[in-house]
Amino acid sequence: MASVAERLEGIWGERPGLITWLQTVDHKKLGFKYLYTGMVFFVFGGIESLVIRAQLADANLEVVDPETYNQMFSMHGTTMMFLFIVPVLSGFGNYFVPLMIGARDMAFPRLNAFGYWAFLGAGIFMHSSFLIGKAPNNGWFNYVPLANSEFTPGVNIDFYVLGLIFLGFSTTAGAINFIVTILKLRAPGMSINRMPIFVWGELALGLAVVFAQPPLTAALVMLELDRKLGFHFFDSTQGGDAVLWQHLFWIFGHPWVYILVLPAFGLVSMMIPAFTRRPMIGYIYIVVAEMAVALIGFGVWVHHMFAVGIPQIALSFTSLSSFMVTIPSAIQVFAWLATLIAGKPILKTPMLFVLGFVFTFVLGGLSGVMFAAIPFDLQTTDSYFVVAHIHYVIIGGSVFPIFGGLYYWLPKMTGRMLDERLGKLSFWLMFAGFNLAFFPMHISGLLGQPRRTYTYQEGLGWDIWNLLSTIGAFVLALGILITFINWYKSMKSGEPAGPDPWEAETLEWSTSSPPPEYNFESIPAVRSLHPMWEQPELRRGPQRPEDGAYLLASGHETLATSMLDATPQAVVEMPHESPWPVTVTVAMMVSFYGVLFDSALLTAGGTVASMAAVAGWFWPTGETQET
Amino acid sequence: MTTTSARTDATPGAEEQSLPHHHAGSVSPGWWGMVMLIVTESMLFGSLVASYFYIRFRSAPVWPPDGIPTPSLKLPLIMSVILWTSSWPVHMADRAARNGNVRALRLWLGAGFILGAIFLGLQLAVEYPEKLAEFGPTTNAYGSLFYTLTGFHGGHVLIGLLISLWTQMRAWQGAFDKQRHVTVQNFTMYWHFVDIVWVVVLATIYLSPSL
Repeated sequence: MASVAERLEGIWGERPGLITWLQTVDHKKLGFKYLYTGMVFFVFGGIESLVIRAQLADANLEVVDPETYNQMFSMHGTTMMFLFIVPVLSGFGNYFVPLMIGARDMAFPRLNAFGYWAFLGAGIFMHSSFLIGKAPNNGWFNYVPLANSEFTPGVNIDFYVLGLIFLGFSTTAGAINFIVTILKLRAPGMSINRMPIFVWGELALGLAVVFAQPPLTAALVMLELDRKLGFHFFDSTQGGDAVLWQHLFWIFGHPWVYILVLPAFGLVSMMIPAFTRRPMIGYIYIVVAEMAVALIGFGVWVHHMFAVGIPQIALSFTSLSSFMVTIPSAIQVFAWLATLIAGKPILKTPMLFVLGFVFTFVLGGLSGVMFAAIPFDLQTTDSYFVVAHIHYVIIGGSVFPIFGGLYYWLPKMTGRMLDERLGKLSFWLMFAGFNLAFFPMHISGLLGQPRRTYTYQEGLGWDIWNLLSTIGAFVLALGILITFINWYKSMKSGEPAGPDPWEAETLEWSTSSPPPEYNFESIPAVRSLHPMWEQPELRRGPQRPEDGAYLLASGHETLATSMLDATPQAVVEMPHESPWPVTVTVAMMVSFYGVLFDSALLTAGGTVASMAAVAGWFWPTGETQET
Repeated sequence: MTTTSARTDATPGAEEQSLPHHHAGSVSPGWWGMVMLIVTESMLFGSLVASYFYIRFRSAPVWPPDGIPTPSLKLPLIMSVILWTSSWPVHMADRAARNGNVRALRLWLGAGFILGAIFLGLQLAVEYPEKLAEFGPTTNAYGSLFYTLTGFHGGHVLIGLLISLWTQMRAWQGAFDKQRHVTVQNFTMYWHFVDIVWVVVLATIYLSPSL
């Protein structure tokens, strides 16, 4: 009889090739796809930002024309917010959540594949607008009435609206998949209080998306009905209301900001124990704080609208909750600091990014607290001070942890280490470039420079700060480029990583780097929050059935366990690779282009085809049993 | 890890061998997936209903505006009774599936489908033509809200009917038994959800203007 590993290889192995590339449902391959695709969009968004900075380097420049400038800043925001951070965090989540909880795949592998393809489809859809020179040009939050067809005719805004509706399918599918995977597929014994904090972060992301995405979808559908069919939701001349867009957008938008940072916080809480050689201090406080941030995040949206003219009582409530959200955020910061002080920090590259993150995020948090004070907010609304704040929070809170995560996790994903010297160089360039680019914006903002303007007059005292920002932006870009070079070099010639290069605490380090297609030879029984530190048998190889492991080596299966205590309940049959997720996506894309170009034929054809493809998806093949 | 793989070349433990290979209800990941879908869909309807009241309270005191009459209740109430009644056979279908009674399952599913189809037929063939004679979706914001909210709900009924057809096909193929019926459970949950949403739509669109 073949060994367990050989049997699992036979059951889980996918044939290499283009067909498999299109059909795969393996969470690791999909995680890689999310990561790569998200990084490509990051480069696009980065180039757009460099164009913006070049245009603003000095007064009265004409590097690009005003219309191009509008498209650049709109697509920069839209791309970074929607097509970079969440997809990359989903990529990490896809790759590592099953590995950290001891599962063989995500709960819904085909839905997972669909989530990726729909993300790629939506990204291509939005970017195809550049081909006809009609990219979205109204900023990433796309306020009406400017976005109504009367004031912005042409398909620019329709690319934005339809693209984001399309992307919503991907985001929602991914979120539901994370929630169910985390609730149901944890290894036996990984009770809810033994879940790694990164997994909590992805759970918070999933729950926040499930509640926050629909208001955006509703707003987008309403706007498209206004634009294409002459409805009047946002048309105040016919009983509609323009401020409604702002409410719906920010009910979504503020939780979205926390969606961008919570998994990144989780990532930080993974790296700190690995590089301080001790458990996180205050696990339970961090978990409760993450969930509290996700919850309170739904009560602060009006602080984006303090200057709109909202009743006083709503302003006071939002101001209060905006101050309140600093408390759980501060709890996490103090837990990180306490762990750093109590442990012996080893300053490898991931750790540098963690320290850079703490520094930057605290600064961004401070300017955030300032906005919660309404009189101050009224002075700085729509100025570069806001631009400075958002970049401190988003780059500090998400991008630094993501880059730290690359140095921390790529060795597991590729099996090869990244170069430390290049890594440190990249960090210091990014850190210096970032602060040089964005700190001066606080000052130019206080000096009155409004955001999103094409150019400015000389003699306003803004020139020097803008020049510094532009230099900083290019230094930041250089730092990022060095990490990409490092990444490429490590895949060609990096040192082999071995299963556990950092001697870290969680289960992903118990399997080989890169992991086999079935993840684990045996699904281990977990008896600790730090299984790799406190269960010595895991370091000696796959756990044995005598130690509580489950083999599940006779079928394409993983284990379903109970929600709180993770006691085994059933063996779940997992679907194989499938051509349908990508087919559904292509059909949906056809119908979105149909709406865009007012073609009833394409719209109807695409819709019917996507429904037919969904039927094909679920069509019984005989190999999977009916549930 | 090939060097250590021989160590796990073992037979599964007793607990693993006693685990069931079928699952239904809250044991099943699919069941949780449907719960989450319903949560997010509830938020979608919640956003539309909130938009309705937001626009209503921000506009002129007369609602509906522009001389549009207050919606009459007779037809909507008849439709309501039909739709809510359909939850009964769907519930019975779920019970039949749990008892492994495939014949009863097919019958109850069919009955629920017919009631749902009557509701949708009344909406499309009677309710909408009547309303369109009074006002359309492009008349004003009220019209946009009326047709979008009721249309979203009608769309969900249509999707429910399609899922019902699928479930019926699988039932006739003999795919369900006492242990394996998550598809039936998920359809049941979805259908009850669509019926509950109608309570909110009825209260918002048809009852609230009379208050």
